[in-house]
Amino acid sequence: MRVLLVEDDPQLAAFVLKALGEVGAVADHAGDGREGLFLAAGGGYDVLILDRMLPKLDGLAILRTLRASGDSTPVLILSALGEVEDRVAGLRAGGDDYLVKPFAFSELHARLEALARRRVGEAPTTRLQVADLDMDLLAREVRRGGSLIPLQPREFRLLEYLMRHAGQVVTRTMLLEQVWDYHFDPQTNVIDVHISRLRAKIDKGHEQALLHTVRGAGYVLRP
Amino acid sequence: MHLGPILKSSSFRVALLYMALMGTSMVALLGFIHWSTAGYMARQLDATIEAEVQGLAEQYRNSGLVGLVSAVTLRVTRGTDGSGVYLLVGSDRAPLVGNLDRWPAAAPDPEGWIRFDLRGSGARGEEVHAARAKTFRLRGDLHLLVGRDVRDLEATLGLIRAALAWGAGLALALALMGGWLMSAGVLRRIEAITRTSREIMDGDLSRRVPRDGSGDDFDQLADALNRMLDRILALMDRVRQVADNIAHDLRTPLMRLRTRLEGLGAMADPGLQPALETAVADADELLGTFNALLRISRIEAGAHRGDLVPVDLAPLVRDLAELYEPLAADRGQTLRVAATAPLWVRGDRDLLFQALANLVDNAVKYTPPGGRVEVAARLDGEFARVRVSDSGPGIPAELRERVFERFFRADASRSTPGSGLGLSLVQAVAQSLGARIDLVDLDPGLAVTLSIPLAPAGDAAGPGSNL
Repeated sequence: MRVLLVEDDPQLAAFVLKALGEVGAVADHAGDGREGLFLAAGGGYDVLILDRMLPKLDGLAILRTLRASGDSTPVLILSALGEVEDRVAGLRAGGDDYLVKPFAFSELHARLEALARRRVGEAPTTRLQVADLDMDLLAREVRRGGSLIPLQPREFRLLEYLMRHAGQVVTRTMLLEQVWDYHFDPQTNVIDVHISRLRAKIDKGHEQALLHTVRGAGYVLRP
Repeated sequence: MHLGPILKSSSFRVALLYMALMGTSMVALLGFIHWSTAGYMARQLDATIEAEVQGLAEQYRNSGLVGLVSAVTLRVTRGTDGSGVYLLVGSDRAPLVGNLDRWPAAAPDPEGWIRFDLRGSGARGEEVHAARAKTFRLRGDLHLLVGRDVRDLEATLGLIRAALAWGAGLALALALMGGWLMSAGVLRRIEAITRTSREIMDGDLSRRVPRDGSGDDFDQLADALNRMLDRILALMDRVRQVADNIAHDLRTPLMRLRTRLEGLGAMADPGLQPALETAVADADELLGTFNALLRISRIEAGAHRGDLVPVDLAPLVRDLAELYEPLAADRGQTLRVAATAPLWVRGDRDLLFQALANLVDNAVKYTPPGGRVEVAARLDGEFARVRVSDSGPGIPAELRERVFERFFRADASRSTPGSGLGLSLVQAVAQSLGARIDLVDLDPGLAVTLSIPLAPAGDAAGPGSNL
């Protein structure tokens, strides 16, 4: 995964670059907006991380310029402004995801993976498969080892999201945003209970567990 | 402008009082005018009659009955202006001399004054005039009546009284109208001040009291209020800036600490993992508290004012119950939801969800196993009411006002998890929407009701572009 980080806080940038290196990503860094736009326009990145407030050229201006020139590289906007209007402005400008500072690196990493992957497999699909777990998106049926698993609509959406991102860590916040469609901060880990229920339905009675908890980060569905 | 607020306003009361005072002094003035004109004329008449009576009595004393009769006859025939009324009768009340055909039936007052109808003899045919006369008794059981036809005098008096009454009525009407205009003018200025203060209380701190530029005392009041608001705003900004700076400046090092701990986790030996994970969780809790604080300040500062959109509460409440149901079930509680009809309010979808989630979260957190939690949304007049009730221990009445304070925990030992910011955020969101929060003790249990004003009728039709 090739990543461009456009961030003016040198300490934050250093941490993110180091952490990205540790997870095997190749990352470039630009310290101001103009340099960021110059590097981004050069192309070749799987995903861009743009800070909203940058010297010389602000993050949203870079984003608009890229989108206007037909560049559709996934962009994650990073901002200290967490409120809804800011997020809406970011997404309207063509951003693909929005993350509020301060963030856990695991959250950033999970989102980058999701964005980079989205680019690869954009083709519409009617069938998802992980090991012997099989999801038919048209019939809205899930089978494991051939036997039908009855799921509630929300459980279906939850599993669908996990299967679409099989092998990637997805965070609780990502699930709330993508499966429940609310940007909010639960005081309790409400998602954990939903995951346990889903796990009971798909993993119970099977030798091989598919739905795993990644401590301090989130969940991953993998064989 | 409605009449209601005018009638209630203090300026109107002042105008009314002013009118009453003016009315009283006017009545006194007109009374004096009446006394000094009409009264004077009546007194003048009485004095004339009195003098004549004196004259005739003297005539009788000096010249006896013959002198009196000739004097009366003289007056009747060559009377002053033909308005004189005279009658001399004997002890049997039979007329001796005079221009009245009989003694009037009316009884005289103690001083001998009498008022009676004068019949007939006018040039214009059969007429009835009023007459005023004085009667008295002469030596030898003779009775004399001396009077005047008062038709002309009464007509004049009537004109004077009518003029005074019309003048008084007109003056009072003018006073009332003037008072009303004055009251309306003053009220308009006061209303502008009230409206501005309301807007400011609703969170729009940029509003200022309008001046009309005349430099009058209202303008001076407006200037003083505006300067006070500027000062308050400056102080608030400074406090918020300091609080935000603290939270912001601590967030960055905390985040670095967290990242570093996470990085260590990847390298450290497995024995250290649990300790590192706990440290990361602690850092997350601190970050969460700072974020919540900053968020509440932003909501209170009215940062969301601009992008309120129509939101249907019914699906939101159902989603909320669906999200929390497994958690409640896990704790052996039943969570029920009642939200059927669409309930359109103007708000921010995510913030509304956050506020209601905080309420449900609290209910689930504090209700013992086997208890129940209910979320109900219904329409009630101009409001959408969302009620979150539980069968938990409730909140003692004396603490109910304080639960919205930042970092307040009903649990004195602070042993249950939580930041003590959940309800502060609910209150901030409620304030930003003009909504009210009510806490009701269910004994056992607590019901928190959020009353959110409905969206204006035109809004509900909109699709509600909730991004």
